[in-house]
Amino acid sequence: MKYVDEFRDGNAARVLAEQIGAEVRPDRQYRLMEFCGGHTHTIFRCGVPDLLPDNVQMMHGPGCPVCVLPVKRIDAAVELALKHRVILCSYGDMLRVPGSQRMSLQKAKGQGADVRMLYSPADALAIAHQNPDRQVVFFAIGFETTTPPTAVILQQADQQALRNFSVFCNHVLTPPAIRGILEPARESGRSILEGLIGPGHVSLIIGSNPYRQLVDDYHLPIVVSGFEPLDLLQSIHRLIGLVNQGCCTVENQYTRAVSEQGNLRAQELMSEYFELRESFEWRGLGEMPASALRIKKRYAHLDAESRFDLTDSAGLDNKACECPAVLRAALKPTDCKLFGRSCTPENPIGSCMVSSEGACAAYYTYRTGAAGSV
Amino acid sequence: MPLITPIEQGRPDQYKQTLVNFLAGDRNYMKPDLAHGVIEMAHGSGGRAMAELIDQLFLKHFDNRWLQQKQDHATLQTEAGRLAMSTDSHVVSPLFFPGGDIGSLSIYGTVNDVAMSGAQPLYLSAGFVLEEGFPLADLSRIVQSMAAAAREAGVVVVTGDTKVVEKGKADGVYINTTGIGFIPETLELSPTRICPGDKILINGPIGNHGVAILSRRENLAFESDIRSDLQPLNHLVAAMTEAVPGIHFLRDPTRGGVAASLNELAHQGGFAMSLEEAALKIDDSVRAVVELLGLDPLYIANEGKLLAFCAPEDADRLLQVMQAHPQGRNTTVIGEVQVGQAGVVSLNTRFGGKRLVDWRYSDPLPRIC
Repeated sequence: MKYVDEFRDGNAARVLAEQIGAEVRPDRQYRLMEFCGGHTHTIFRCGVPDLLPDNVQMMHGPGCPVCVLPVKRIDAAVELALKHRVILCSYGDMLRVPGSQRMSLQKAKGQGADVRMLYSPADALAIAHQNPDRQVVFFAIGFETTTPPTAVILQQADQQALRNFSVFCNHVLTPPAIRGILEPARESGRSILEGLIGPGHVSLIIGSNPYRQLVDDYHLPIVVSGFEPLDLLQSIHRLIGLVNQGCCTVENQYTRAVSEQGNLRAQELMSEYFELRESFEWRGLGEMPASALRIKKRYAHLDAESRFDLTDSAGLDNKACECPAVLRAALKPTDCKLFGRSCTPENPIGSCMVSSEGACAAYYTYRTGAAGSV
Repeated sequence: MPLITPIEQGRPDQYKQTLVNFLAGDRNYMKPDLAHGVIEMAHGSGGRAMAELIDQLFLKHFDNRWLQQKQDHATLQTEAGRLAMSTDSHVVSPLFFPGGDIGSLSIYGTVNDVAMSGAQPLYLSAGFVLEEGFPLADLSRIVQSMAAAAREAGVVVVTGDTKVVEKGKADGVYINTTGIGFIPETLELSPTRICPGDKILINGPIGNHGVAILSRRENLAFESDIRSDLQPLNHLVAAMTEAVPGIHFLRDPTRGGVAASLNELAHQGGFAMSLEEAALKIDDSVRAVVELLGLDPLYIANEGKLLAFCAPEDADRLLQVMQAHPQGRNTTVIGEVQVGQAGVVSLNTRFGGKRLVDWRYSDPLPRIC
């Protein structure tokens, strides 16, 4: 298939793998983190680790929107659907994430809540038009990638003066999450990573510039990468080169999509409708200042958090679930005693087992990490 | 190679045992709870959930040597020869889809199940469950389509049944068909004949049926020219078994796709299988859809495909015969059976890596056939 096969070519992969092998110094470790869950999925699906030398280790970052949402936000969505009887719309994966007492939106649906799965946020507006007597709430999640589409439906709902539509905003930001991973290590004087693969789709929106401060603060190189396996191999090759040179800079491998400034029009739209929250809780990373967005006061009529009285649930994770440590790359999915036993993609306990972008789901599906298993 | 080193050395090794147990087939948590559980869509989807339900309930109570074969058909010894018998209920939604409808599907579905035994299907029964209010014009279209399909496959519908339920108690029409046919003396197709070294062939690109159905589902309407691969396979099977009577086994990878069929066989037989991604054909239009929706074509249903297992020395001849047949023009050898770890199906990616092809709990798309 045009523009896909070119980026999955086995011969080109072998050449790149040889170049990586030649670049790697045998006497050192290269711990490279791919921030984005989309990258994690590609790495496992295409068997990228099989092409890497043993001392190059891929570590999996928290860049999976479904995974990082804390239990209490899921509880709030369930409350909107069950108690406030709204039509709650969200993306498919979000329906299956368990909240407190393993209650999910899917289970709420089984109890009579009106929960709809969407492929596009624009469908939520259509549902609001079709159901003028019902309140319709779009459960918005995701990093900078999915924020502009949410801004667009806020804009349209505002222009159309829709009275029965609001957004439950859970959009989070990438650079603070990278800090959330690196800052605790810096404070304790440990080194946990030699380099970072920057997310491609996020950078399409925010550009590659926001990473500059990060490389200065944490002294490691960042290469923004595309999503095809050859993109990733090329980024890994470049990252290893930068590590060897001791060069802490930002580079952009994904030049066919990402610019330094990013998508200015999208950024403008985001700043029209959203502002920074003082603080937001992330699963695994805890409370982090200025790490998420909320809807501006001026558009409070479109903000589900203003419109509905939501209980602040304690939102406790299952005690045995290791998702928080997996999200910090502190543990492997297979180190969790629930993994593959009571927690599977069909019946997930932790969020990282739900989405295909979650590290646990990738390990389970492609059985990676169990040496010699396939 | 180790993929990741824990930043903080965390957990005792006993937890790693979890994965080892899992890989060794400790899948007890999948067992249905027959006292308190309820039927889920997954129980009809051709994945592990369905296999468990069959084992724990149907096989347990109907226990006999025919069912224990765990095939889509039974082989019955009669004075006239070995009779193959198979039954299949069809609940596909929507009823009409690009490349077919529930009528042609109900004929070819059973014809193909009988054909996988090596038999030429002869006679079919057809049982209809009709919903009150269902348009007769639609029923007429479906029955005419069944008649045309029966002619194409060379079978006759010789008995039937019609039941009507109140409006809302069924979704339009459901059709059950049962088929019989005689297996030629010379053939011995059985999963027990599959052995390490066997080559695995498939008669063309995968995923078309599932994606064609998906393209007509209400909340996912997209424009495409993708048609179901629905077709009778008995003529192709006749050509294959005539040329290579020593063929080991045939299976049509319907619900759950190629992945479910191969996993089930690898699990039952206690061997491993290895596939070559580069040899798996997928139509460009199907690939475009699965790329966009994040689906894996290995798990998507087919209705006109068969997987053939044969000794390596027979593979070239079988490939030629299949490629020379209209229903097998795009046949490729997609992999082989290996000694390896029991029940493990792996894929050598086009990219040069290797990954597991998991046996999933359920099919991502319900009511596909």
